Formats: sequence, structure tokens, C-alpha cells
Amino acid sequence: MSAALLEVTNLKKHFPAGETTVLGGRKGRLRAVDGVSFSLEAGQCLGLVGESGCGKSTVARTLVGLQRATSGSIKLDGQELAGLSQRHWLPYRRRIQMIFQDPYASLDPRQTVASILGEPAKIHGLAKPRERKLLAMRLLEVVGLNPRHINRYPHEFSGGQRQRIGIARALALEPQVLICDEPVSALDVSIQAQIINLLDELKERFSLAYLFIAHDLAVVRHISDSVAVMYLGKVVEQAPRDELFEAPLHPYTRALLSAVPLPDPEQERARERIVLSGDVPSPLSPPPGCAFEPRCPRRAEVPGDRCKRESPQLEALAPSSSRRRACFLENSWGKIQDCQK
Amino acid sequence: MGASRQAGNRWDLGGRDLEQLAAEAAEFRGESLWQDAWRRLKANRTAWWSLVFLALFGGLAILAPLLPVPSPVHLDLQLEPQPPVPPWEQLGTGGFEPDYWELGAVDQALVEVRMAVFDDWQTGAWLGTDGKGRDILSRIIWGSRTSILVALAAAFCSLAIGVTYGAVAGYLGGRIDNLMMRVVDILYSIPFIFLVIFLITVVNEYRSELEDSYGIDREMVFYVVIGAVYWLTMARVVRGQVLSLRNSEFIEAARVLGASTARIVFTHLVPNVLSIVIVYLTLTIPAVMLFEAFLSFLGLGIEPPKVSWGLLAVDGSEMVNPVRLYWWLVVFPALAMGTTLLALNLLGDGLRDALDPKMRGKD
Repeated sequence: MSAALLEVTNLKKHFPAGETTVLGGRKGRLRAVDGVSFSLEAGQCLGLVGESGCGKSTVARTLVGLQRATSGSIKLDGQELAGLSQRHWLPYRRRIQMIFQDPYASLDPRQTVASILGEPAKIHGLAKPRERKLLAMRLLEVVGLNPRHINRYPHEFSGGQRQRIGIARALALEPQVLICDEPVSALDVSIQAQIINLLDELKERFSLAYLFIAHDLAVVRHISDSVAVMYLGKVVEQAPRDELFEAPLHPYTRALLSAVPLPDPEQERARERIVLSGDVPSPLSPPPGCAFEPRCPRRAEVPGDRCKRESPQLEALAPSSSRRRACFLENSWGKIQDCQK
Repeated sequence: MGASRQAGNRWDLGGRDLEQLAAEAAEFRGESLWQDAWRRLKANRTAWWSLVFLALFGGLAILAPLLPVPSPVHLDLQLEPQPPVPPWEQLGTGGFEPDYWELGAVDQALVEVRMAVFDDWQTGAWLGTDGKGRDILSRIIWGSRTSILVALAAAFCSLAIGVTYGAVAGYLGGRIDNLMMRVVDILYSIPFIFLVIFLITVVNEYRSELEDSYGIDREMVFYVVIGAVYWLTMARVVRGQVLSLRNSEFIEAARVLGASTARIVFTHLVPNVLSIVIVYLTLTIPAVMLFEAFLSFLGLGIEPPKVSWGLLAVDGSEMVNPVRLYWWLVVFPALAMGTTLLALNLLGDGLRDALDPKMRGKD
């Protein structure tokens, strides 16, 4: 394993929440992200999946410095980013950039494409006005748009085209890591494929590393090299893509995969479906033990009340294995066919 | 990675001539939201004619010294106000005398140009004269200058102080926002009319000293007070808008790129709230003009020999009596003021429609 480009260790992000105290502070702590670790190598794509509210976007926002991490470490090429002030973070912004979810909200409606794409270089003092314009044209070409359209405004482009502009803006600083926060979930399915392919192509071309956040498992399966599954602010399972999709080892991952609809109605009818009961516990007061325990269909298989009392750690299955899982269950499960494709 | 980390060589277009592409790009000029709004404003006839009317009226006011109208303060003592003489009965007379109050250098120059062009010819009493023989038309035109000055003072303060203050408060949020908005609340709670009366009284008391040593005169205090009060609402309006914009993705994108607070406020937030600011300004200006007239009416604003619409209203109302109705003294100033305020309101309505993003692309 080569040295990781981005190394996140035990990242936590808690928000003040709940009742207000006299001084205006809050009593409670909302544990949006509660100890997330992963590493990302150059040219790799790590998919991050999980249901709404599990903290995926908070991870993304913390990694690009939109929010300050409560604790934990974010290392980019060995350089610690967590805890840096905005001013000291500035040089690293050239190396880690973000693609946003909603192409209709992520571009300033009052700016031309030329100034949107020229802004990164302007902020970092990289190019003169004339060069910025040429850079904008090159960027448009790179993301497959007509470079002659630099003088247009965002509202004159379609959703897919806007998302390409958003990608071009993220590329403008020539980053090594791109955080993609649900980059296709606001787009039509046909456009989604185009954007995914573009991201794939850019990854090869510039040897980018992606942290790809999505809730669409098919998309994640297509683009990722490995996948991490989040539940209530924690990663419950992380594995190379094919292994995870073919033989999920955490009950939550199994449930998640079994919820993916299959295109073939016969298979769809025949397959086993795991329907979870109950709701996701509140991140204000997560269960003391395993976060998934209250909904876990297999908690009875673990002897004693271990799931209730102890919180399982994300551990590699074998010392050399890249599969990691946070569960007390034996891992003697077979493949689940109905989750393939 | 290191080698490609220079601007320029990574995004190679493989020999395509960028300069040529840039030249071609000029043909694909997009339509900005401002251009779109302007087009829709022009399509709205009411708003468009209001704008034309206001532009003409503003032009008249600015060029007042150049017009061949009698001096607004030239006295011609007579027994009673003279009724209007329509231009087709008497177009003009001679006998213009350039007696004004102390004019600025530019106005003085304009008066000289006027003397050179029209010599001593002046228009007749098209709208009548008042009891001291002063021409009403001239007084209305010169009076509109006061209204415009007041409007400019309020608009300038609203834009410079109100927009910046509101945008910064809204963007920074949290305790700073809280503190800044409480300051606005406190200023709001000061009874404005009493403040004006108090200040004007103080200035009256120490008039000569203030004027000699600090160059502060009563009129200036008047403008400063109006400016100091009218930015408050603007700050609130802008703050509210910025609050709803600050968490939008394009602002976050700018932050991820490393944009400074000043950059985000002035290149992203302010242009995006400007449409609401403009609409709000066109609705504030009539209120300020009315307020000026009201204060002048009370004798707290502009003082004779200078003219303002409020003073014209005072003069007119003093002359109204049951024996003889000098209607032109009241009707014409009221008409001038009424049409201006109406035009401003109609323009504000039109701008609101034109700048509404939901209306974009429709005509």
C-alpha cells in the first residue's frame, strides 16, 4: 500500500444543539460525525454511502474547511489540516477542492462563466486577467463544453452543463483531491451517466483522488474503487468495491444493498429483502453501544448484551485485509446474489 | 504532480489557438440578469414612461440655472399674486435679473452661460406668481433640486452604509450579527422628529460659530440627519436577504476556493441582493421627499431664500383664504410633487416585476 494522499483519522464533528442555556450556549451535542477514519490514495475513488442525515455531507464540509473539526486529524500528504485557521488553510485549498450537489445553486447567477472559472486563480493570485480568460476557456474544453461560451451566464446552461462548469471550477486550481458531495443526485439519469463518465475520465487524466459521496448505490458501484458505509456518524464497513457489493459483512450494509431495486421484475420479486424496523436514532443521544443495535435484525446472534453495552470498532478482518467492519457478528456469511447488479 | 503545478501547461488544448477562440467567444455574449431585467422594464410601458418622466424632470432640475426662467427669488412687489398667463398669450418678457442666493461655482457658470445665450429674455408667468411676485414655475424647478438632493443623500447613505452594514452583519452571523442589529434597533427607537428638532435648534443657537469654524450649516445637518436615519431599514432588508443567501452553495464554493470575507460580501452577496436594494430605494425616495417637504413645511428644513416643495406648500397654504382663492399657488407645486412621487412608485413597481427572478425570460 502506497502512502495515502489524504488520511482522515477519528474525525469528529459535533454541533451544539438542544436547549439553550442562559448564556446562549446549547446544552446538547449533535454528533453529526463521530469518529470517521479512512484514507485515500492518488488516483483512487472512495465512495461514501449512507442514508440521509448520517453525516456524509458533514464529513465533506469538514474536509474542505467549511466547518472546523471538533477533533480528529485530516492529513493531506502528511500535513495536518484540522485546526488550521482559514488563513493557514488557504494554500491547501489549491490541493483539495469540492464539487457541489445542486448545479442550480452552486454558480453565482450574476457572474459570467469566465469570471466564475477565473475566480480561483484570482483569489490565489495565479494569473493575470487575460490569462484567466484563457484558463477559463481551457477548463471549459476539459469538461467538454464549448470554450466560446465563456461570456455566458449560468442561467443560459442546462443542469448538466452547469454541473460541468462546477467541475471545471473545482479543477481550476489543479487539485489532487476532489470531494464530490452528491454531484449527480440533482441531475436526470441520462445526464448522471455523462457526468459520472466525465469524472471517471478526469480521474485518469489528472490522477485525481475522489471522495465520492452519494446515496445512489449504483452510481457508487460504477465509479468507486472502494466503498465506505456510514451509519449515524460512523463508518460501519469499508471494503473494496466488488467485495462490498458481493459479500457485505455488516448487517446495515446488507439491509442497504437489499433496498436497491433490481431492473428485472422477476428477480425483484424473488429476492430477499431486509426491511429495517424503527427509525435512525437521534444523533443527539446515540445508543450507548452499537449505533445500529436498536434496528439490527441479527443482534440476537451476539451473545449477551454486548451490542447494547459496547461500541464495535472499525477493524480489519485480517491483519493484511483491506476489508474493515464494525460489528461483533461472526463473519461467516455467504455471498448474497440478489444484491449483484 | 510538481511539474504540472504551474498555471497553463496542464490544460493544454493541443495547439488550438486560444486567442482566436477568445475572439470568437465575443460573439457568444450571454444576457446577464441585469440586461434581462432592463429589457423587461422597457416592455413595461407604465414603468418606462415613469422613468422617462423622472429623467426629464431630473434633467430640468440639474440644468435649472441654464433655463430661461425668471430667478426664483427675484422680487417684484405687488399687491396680490398674479394668475397664470399661458405661454400662447405671453411667451416671454425681457428684464431677467440674475439675483440668486449664493450659488456654487458650477451653478454660477451655468447662469453665465444662460446670460450669454438668452440675454435678459425670460419666460412669462406661465404658472403665475406668488404674493411677492416670484415666478412659480421657476420656484418649482428650483425647488425640485432640494428634493433631488435629499433623495440623493438618503440613497447614498442607504447604499453605502445600509447595504454594507446589512451584508456584513448577515454574512458574519452569530454574535456579531446580533450586536450589529441591536445597534440598528437602538437607532430605530430614537424618535426621529425630536432628533431633528433638537439638532436644528442646537444648530440655530450656535449658528455663526458652527458655520465659521466647522463649515456646518443648517442644511447640512438636515441632510446628515436624513441620511443617518434612512440607512437603517436598508440594513435590515439587506441583512435578511443575505441571511438567506449565505448558506447557498455558490457562497460555500467561494469559501472553499479561499475567498476572503470582503470578496464574498462585495462580489457575490451584494450583486445578488442589489435588485431588492434598487426596488427598495425607489420606494424609499418618495418617502424621503415627502419627509423633506414635511420638515420644510414645519420650518425645520430648507430656509428662505432657498426654495423647496415644502416651502412652496407653506407659501401656498398661507395664501388660501375664503375671500380670494389663489389656486395656482397650491395646485402647481402639489401637482409637481404628486406626479413625481407617483412616477417613483410606479417605477418601483415596474422594477420589482422586472427584477423578479421568477419572471425571468418572460416578457
